[in-house]
Amino acid sequence: MNQATTIPNPLVLASHLSVNLGGQTILHDITTQLTPGETVGLLGANGSGKSTLVRTLLGLIAPSQGRVELFGQPPGRQVPWHRLAYVPQDSPAGAGVPTSALEAVMAGLLSGPWPWPPRGAKERALRALDQVGLRQQARSPLKVLSGGQRHRVLLARALVRRPELLIMDEPLAGVDGASATALVDALREIPCLTCLVVLHEAGPFAGYLKRGIVLRSGRLVADAPLTKLAPEAISHHHDAPPLARPGVQLEGPT
Amino acid sequence: MSGYADYWIQMLQDPLIRRALLVAVLVGAAAPVIGTFLVQRRLALLGDGIGHVALTGVALGWLIGAGLGLTPGTLAVPGAIVAAVAGSVIIELVRTSGRTSGDLALALMFYGGIAGGAALIKVAGGTSATLVAYLFGSLSTLSASDVSATAELAVIILMAGLVGRWALFAAGSDEPFARASGIPTRLWNIASAALAALTVTVAMRVVGLLLVSALMIVPVAISQLAARSFARTMAWAALIGAVTGAAGLFTAYWYDLPPGATIVVLAIAIYAIAATSRPLVEKLAHRPSHLTGQPRS
Repeated sequence: MNQATTIPNPLVLASHLSVNLGGQTILHDITTQLTPGETVGLLGANGSGKSTLVRTLLGLIAPSQGRVELFGQPPGRQVPWHRLAYVPQDSPAGAGVPTSALEAVMAGLLSGPWPWPPRGAKERALRALDQVGLRQQARSPLKVLSGGQRHRVLLARALVRRPELLIMDEPLAGVDGASATALVDALREIPCLTCLVVLHEAGPFAGYLKRGIVLRSGRLVADAPLTKLAPEAISHHHDAPPLARPGVQLEGPT
Repeated sequence: MSGYADYWIQMLQDPLIRRALLVAVLVGAAAPVIGTFLVQRRLALLGDGIGHVALTGVALGWLIGAGLGLTPGTLAVPGAIVAAVAGSVIIELVRTSGRTSGDLALALMFYGGIAGGAALIKVAGGTSATLVAYLFGSLSTLSASDVSATAELAVIILMAGLVGRWALFAAGSDEPFARASGIPTRLWNIASAALAALTVTVAMRVVGLLLVSALMIVPVAISQLAARSFARTMAWAALIGAVTGAAGLFTAYWYDLPPGATIVVLAIAIYAIAATSRPLVEKLAHRPSHLTGQPRS
């Protein structure tokens, strides 16, 4: 579904979004949306504005212009946050005080003002750790886990929420090939999941993602089915790779 | 041996010591519970900053008390509570607004708190010596009503820390994730700072405002040398704080030392011993199996 098409009740909507940080424009006039069940890759080179866009969509950064909606609401108390899960690029969890993987995942069950995880939280957290292959490390402090294992804990912390919308920022950073494949397989098993994944390159996600949004220097330059995007556009081995496969005409901005 | 036993029994029969012991144990247990959240948020020095602001509150309490014709010092502790809570909330708002860095905001609290306290106490008709009891603690001069107020506050802090521990933990461990989960992180961070302020004013009777942060932080530092989870770090820190409070008080009584300073020195000595012996313990725990006779796991 490209940005030119209007979708009723999108889960995520960005309309003419611009973001200024420190006097510099990071995102320029971004318009896009996610419909239920879509699996979308947000692709681009380092510094293209992918993480800023995700953080703006989540309400962590205020846009300087334009509008954001999550589940039809501007980011705030009205958003049904329990239906959403976010996997940040990195997490300070466990950096200050020893934190076990189980505790980190159980914290994912909190939502809204209620200060306690729901009943059965421990069992749900253990199942989520099992999904990412880390049940044996449930009692291990995060600081003794490898970077890839810590990233899988963050994924478990998101999956334990049983979200309808999953937003992941560079989930493959520090994850080895086998773990990356296991991660994608775990996502495939979740029915009706809408997924937005920030990626430097599609890699193991290529078969999972149906649509690609490509950012360059803070501008949306392509929004098309992943199969129509040129391999170079989704791998970013070049500074300005071609966007479309040979002979394919992309809709929207290119 | 019976001489020692008689000495301890005699000591515990002294109502002053019993009161001091109760306060030292309760505050010793409550302070590290809040301290765990501060260490998690890398704000270990926040307690010190709040302590300095509380000094201005003490002086302000004296000034208002003098103006109302009350006994000097009647409003010192309420003044400290109000100033500490207000200061902690302001520093949290300043920190999250991003206009001033956390350490700069803390530095402003340090300087402003001490200077404000010294100036206001003079205006209230007192001297800097008046503030000494608040700067270094006065565990041995607690009245029965002081004990009951301090104990109640300590229990409230302990309960608030335990009830809110999951939300405080989530908000403190990964703020962007917590915000994207709909957790009101600003509210919980302010709650955490306000609880730290209350802890400071409660603990100032035990160790004084200059050492107050030690009671919150050092037990956590000891505990996290061995703990593998947040819950255990907090539980062990509370236990270490309570035991150190009691042991420090007994040691101070035995050697006629200032109780607050003795408690802190004892806690730091335990940390030093634990930190230096840790590599040895880990080495022994990972000895090759042919030396221990145990199969490798």
